[in-house]
Amino acid sequence: MKKIMQGNEAIARGAWEAGVTVGCAYPGTPSSEIMAELSKYKEIYTEWSPNEKVAVEVAHGASLAGGRAIACMKHVGLNVAADPLMTIAYTGVKGGSVIVVADDPGQHSSQNEQDSRHWTRFGKVPMLEPADSEECKDFTKIAFDIGERFDTPVLLRSETRVSHCDSLVELGERKESMIQKGLDQKETPKYVMVPMYSRVRRVAVEERIIKLAAYADAEFPYNSMEINDPSIGFISSGVSYLYTREVFPRYSFLKLGMVWPLPRNTIAEFFKKVKKVIVVEELDPFFETEIKAMGYKVWHGKDLIPAIGELSPSIVEQSLRKAVEGKHYKAPKIRIKPEDLPRRPPNLCAGCSHRPLFYALKKLGLYVFGDIGCYALAVAPPLSAMHASTCMAACVGGAYGAGKVLGKDGLGKICAVLGDSTFLHGGIGPLMDAVYNKGYSTTLILDNGITAMTGQQEHPGTGYTIQNEPASMIDYEQLARAVGVKHVKKVDPYQVEETMEVIREEVNRDDASVIITENSPCILLRRAKPLEKFKNPFYVVDTDKCRGCKVCLEINCPAISWQEGAGQTKDGHKRKGTGFINKDQCVGCEVCAQICKFEAMIPGIK
Amino acid sequence: MKENGKVTNIFLSGVGGQGTILASNILGEVFLKAGYDVKKSEVHGMAQRGGDVTTHFRFGEKVYSPLIKYGDVDFLISFELLEAARYINWVKPEGKIIINRQEILPPAVSLGQMAYPKDIEKTFKKYFKNSVWVVNGQEIARKLGNIQAANVVLVGAFSNFFPEFKEEQWTDAIKEVLAAKLHELNITAFHEGRKALEG
Repeated sequence: MKKIMQGNEAIARGAWEAGVTVGCAYPGTPSSEIMAELSKYKEIYTEWSPNEKVAVEVAHGASLAGGRAIACMKHVGLNVAADPLMTIAYTGVKGGSVIVVADDPGQHSSQNEQDSRHWTRFGKVPMLEPADSEECKDFTKIAFDIGERFDTPVLLRSETRVSHCDSLVELGERKESMIQKGLDQKETPKYVMVPMYSRVRRVAVEERIIKLAAYADAEFPYNSMEINDPSIGFISSGVSYLYTREVFPRYSFLKLGMVWPLPRNTIAEFFKKVKKVIVVEELDPFFETEIKAMGYKVWHGKDLIPAIGELSPSIVEQSLRKAVEGKHYKAPKIRIKPEDLPRRPPNLCAGCSHRPLFYALKKLGLYVFGDIGCYALAVAPPLSAMHASTCMAACVGGAYGAGKVLGKDGLGKICAVLGDSTFLHGGIGPLMDAVYNKGYSTTLILDNGITAMTGQQEHPGTGYTIQNEPASMIDYEQLARAVGVKHVKKVDPYQVEETMEVIREEVNRDDASVIITENSPCILLRRAKPLEKFKNPFYVVDTDKCRGCKVCLEINCPAISWQEGAGQTKDGHKRKGTGFINKDQCVGCEVCAQICKFEAMIPGIK
Repeated sequence: MKENGKVTNIFLSGVGGQGTILASNILGEVFLKAGYDVKKSEVHGMAQRGGDVTTHFRFGEKVYSPLIKYGDVDFLISFELLEAARYINWVKPEGKIIINRQEILPPAVSLGQMAYPKDIEKTFKKYFKNSVWVVNGQEIARKLGNIQAANVVLVGAFSNFFPEFKEEQWTDAIKEVLAAKLHELNITAFHEGRKALEG
């Protein structure tokens, strides 16, 4: 039976069909749907792990007990999980162990654009790269077989245009793994990586990669050659292959399903069969560098194809049309210049608790070390309330480190802001540092009760597991006190004045402090009934009172807009226009009413 | 496998929350059941939250790329006027355009820094003459009691371009994609949209 499946859904299906017993992930676009989908299969234990390092470690333990296990993450997640990966590469596996890493070329939803293919050479483990959903399923399945046969973790590289593309998949049945379950103490030298044992494994790793290269050449079924017009041959992989195959169908192709190790004999054969070779790959010249190092002449590659941003059939055509067919690429007619149109960047939702909080930070004039999550949207004008943001939970250490340079001069000027899920991912370590080493930073934990940005995933602070079963729940106040923070406050961000007062006090304190938001669930989190706490269903602008001062526009609420038009208030103040509230979008959070100096925001009646 | 068969390119654009992805899921079911190869691609995550949302949808005997080539769009289905204008250059000269007559203000317009572009409908008609259909999707959906159904109104309008498909092929797909409690509303929305394009 054929079904339309998203790439991520197909990876989950492949894992299920392969008999996986454990799945672990920390959500991250574009990888998040894999674990969400896998959690729907009853035969599999799945979890949202606190971070990617934990996910890989749990999967490794499951593998040692003989279960097939999968850990999934976005590209930057593998940086966090690199520590276990680089040594699991030495220990090898018992049950097949697959690590899915989803890249984000073009940075649709990421802080950088790293090319995860480098991990495969660096970590000396094989990597497969599917191009569409059918391959997502097939490659995931074979990855477990490869892992068990060659005693290695296997990387499966996806990316935005594979993970979030839907195409047809032929469904199969689940087959349980033949590996015996159980732990064996006699295997200690293989799994305890102290130098005397890991030096032995170091040699095994090199022997393994040679065997894998032979396998890639002789047996791996997804390195495929298609010889048509032999004047030009393209070497490519993944979605880049699909773009190239679409644009230049009459030429020859070597599609690499395995990124590493490369099939040297197959590549040699391809060079014999075609006259000139073009390597088409997204991001870095990974294949190109390797193929050149083998001594072949690559006719074109990154000299013509951009290394920055994602590829597309249009970019492949624009880059290569002249070289391949001798005629210039002709761009379609421009009817409207896109740069003349207003952009439509994403925004915090109407009623989001982050909006008043960041408005408060802006009013206080603080230098805000921000973090990864929806609240990164507060960097955009007119809120413009974030000044540094690096990676998951980096703000906690950042704010503390800045204070070490500024000393007393920095008091009252700095804070760290991050969400609940991001804090649990990596914020506890740096908070300990700030306390232990006598920093004065203030860390604001914006608790909206869910991992929001990636689409509502549970975490250890939400009280629910991935299967929606009730679970233990982190108490952020107790946690902060346990690591030694003496000053822990709670604020309701919808009370703007009171929130500003608490933040002002804590950032001026010469000691580490933590502020936790409460009464602030994600506006999309239905079970928390986020709208019930708002007294009024929506607000309207009282044009008798509005002086057109535009303060209400500073919070960048999607429900509020400016209406041009000269006029005056009831008491005779002249104005150039008024604020306007779209009642279809307003949820009645009242924040605009609190900041309006003229009491012009009044409750609307349904 | 025949590979020279034509691939049809449908580009859907709108604003996060308008149901672009749901509409493309309905198309997916219809063309899958009709025996075509189907690929579609969309961007999730940070790109939502009220930002612009696009879906590339392609069907044919054999589809390679999940993305449409710039300038190669056969059908542009837009759920919002500005988001139609943004992709006007993607449409082939002989392409067909279906637009929902709705304006959702982007931040620069809300803040009074830029004007919402005027004459978007006129510009489309200037370049595409009689191949532009503007549907009052939101109004139709509002009358049905749920403005969220505007997306399916547009699917209904679009269905007119495939006279070879029976009406049930579309309504079955709607049933496949949507929860049971939403079937009646959306099937009515589909029929209203199908009628909206006549004449």
